[in-house]
Amino acid sequence: MSHDLYVQLLDLACGVLLLTAVLVLWRRELAVIIRVFALQGLALAALVAVLAAHEGSIELGAVAVGILVLRAGVLPALLRRALAAAGEERRETRPLVNVASSLLAAAVLTLLGYAVSQPLVALAPSPATQAVAVGMTVVLIGFFVLVTRRRALSQLVGFLLMDNGITAVGFLTTSGVGLVVELGVSLDVLLAVLVLQILTTRMRATFGDTDLDELRELHD
Amino acid sequence: MNALGVIGGVLQFVLVVAGSPFLVGVMRQVRARLEGRAGAGIGQPWRDLRKLLRKESITPRGTSEVFRIAPLVLVATTVVVAIVAPFVTTASAVDSVADLFAVVALLALGTVALALAGLDTGTAFGGMGASREMTIIALVEPTLLVSIFALSVRVGSTNLGAIVTSTLQDPARVISPVSLLAAVALVVVIIAETGRLPVDNPSTHLELTMVHEAMILEYAGRDLGLVEWASAMRLTAFLGLLANLFVPWGIATAATPVALLAGVAAFVIKVVLLGVLLSAGEVFLAKLRLFRVPELLAGSFLLSLLAVTASFFLAQPH
Repeated sequence: MSHDLYVQLLDLACGVLLLTAVLVLWRRELAVIIRVFALQGLALAALVAVLAAHEGSIELGAVAVGILVLRAGVLPALLRRALAAAGEERRETRPLVNVASSLLAAAVLTLLGYAVSQPLVALAPSPATQAVAVGMTVVLIGFFVLVTRRRALSQLVGFLLMDNGITAVGFLTTSGVGLVVELGVSLDVLLAVLVLQILTTRMRATFGDTDLDELRELHD
Repeated sequence: MNALGVIGGVLQFVLVVAGSPFLVGVMRQVRARLEGRAGAGIGQPWRDLRKLLRKESITPRGTSEVFRIAPLVLVATTVVVAIVAPFVTTASAVDSVADLFAVVALLALGTVALALAGLDTGTAFGGMGASREMTIIALVEPTLLVSIFALSVRVGSTNLGAIVTSTLQDPARVISPVSLLAAVALVVVIIAETGRLPVDNPSTHLELTMVHEAMILEYAGRDLGLVEWASAMRLTAFLGLLANLFVPWGIATAATPVALLAGVAAFVIKVVLLGVLLSAGEVFLAKLRLFRVPELLAGSFLLSLLAVTASFFLAQPH
């Protein structure tokens, strides 16, 4: 793969990663958010595949396939099942910060992400490390989703967004942390989602709602 | 100022001034056909304009010069943009005005003049339309500036002709994340700025929803004709800018008859195609609630900001 093509594909994958993070913040329908999240998993897998092709590493290629299966297939399917179980509440109706303000907040978070990743880039400037800022921004936006949304499902997506960002930063800085470590982290995420899915279902069964603000008060 | 720029300027003037009502006609016709109506034909906007321009203009009692001058300012700024922007040729008749900031400022000046005229009438609708238009333009202008600025970063010049020329030389740039993000942002703000669905419905006079129509409600006769004509020209200019910033192929770079003819044909095809796409898309859209519009525009501003940051921070292929 020529250097130009590598840089262009890398930038394109990072662009999609960033765009999907913004779309999660933008849209209200939970079904659309899950679809966008699956697209982000695809972009992350593409990013790792581009890195694997650039370095000619089979191990990294296997990791890319694993990421594709987990983040574009299994996790969205689990989220969709949780959504189907949730019944009527298919929209994030009242986020703590309204959508227009949270989009402007995302603009600030983007600049913050670029600012904090500059020392990292300065350590070893290369096309891959220059894209670290994108991963950092996805982490920050994921955290923002996590703290400002009310529905359990959209908070779950925020958590997964953060994890996608962390994974992207990991691959861009170190070109992979080893198959075993990556496998462990992926299983951890899968387990967390399974537990949270069960928790959401139980919450809905108990309170008839997944609005986490309800948990502030004690109920009989 | 060179020969190519002057010839291009004249061609663009004729094309935009004479062709823009036909563009509106084509868009209305496409919409009518898709909705199962026969439609009035693509020449109808021109027939309307001819009728309006023959009538005397009546100004409401109590309005000042602001109301009378606004249509002229709107037409004048739009014509200047139509002449200098790189539509048919990459060279410009007045090169220093073909600058990104100058062009956006000219287009904004027209909008502001119209909003002031809406306020000047002192009617409830005029003021309401002006206030809504200001809400929209407060988010549209920065997005326009920032998204075109994202394209200019790699070129190192804010001259629109230079941006188009450099995209011609390096076609791979079109699929970079910078261009894609900027293109999406620009499409959204152009739809908002030209008052199309889902931001404003150009075909209704329903007081709850209208924005552009509310401001020009008091105009009649010649003045109304000028405002309608200028809106058509602005739509053409915006679509032309969108087409040539992202798909510049076919634009004339030399002052030969063949190149100029190809430039004219490419411009007409691109703008008509964009217009048809826009009106076909509108058939499937409902108007957004007014309170949701800032959300849409804030989103497009964020996308344009992402485009700029990506153009500064991501590695560039060489």
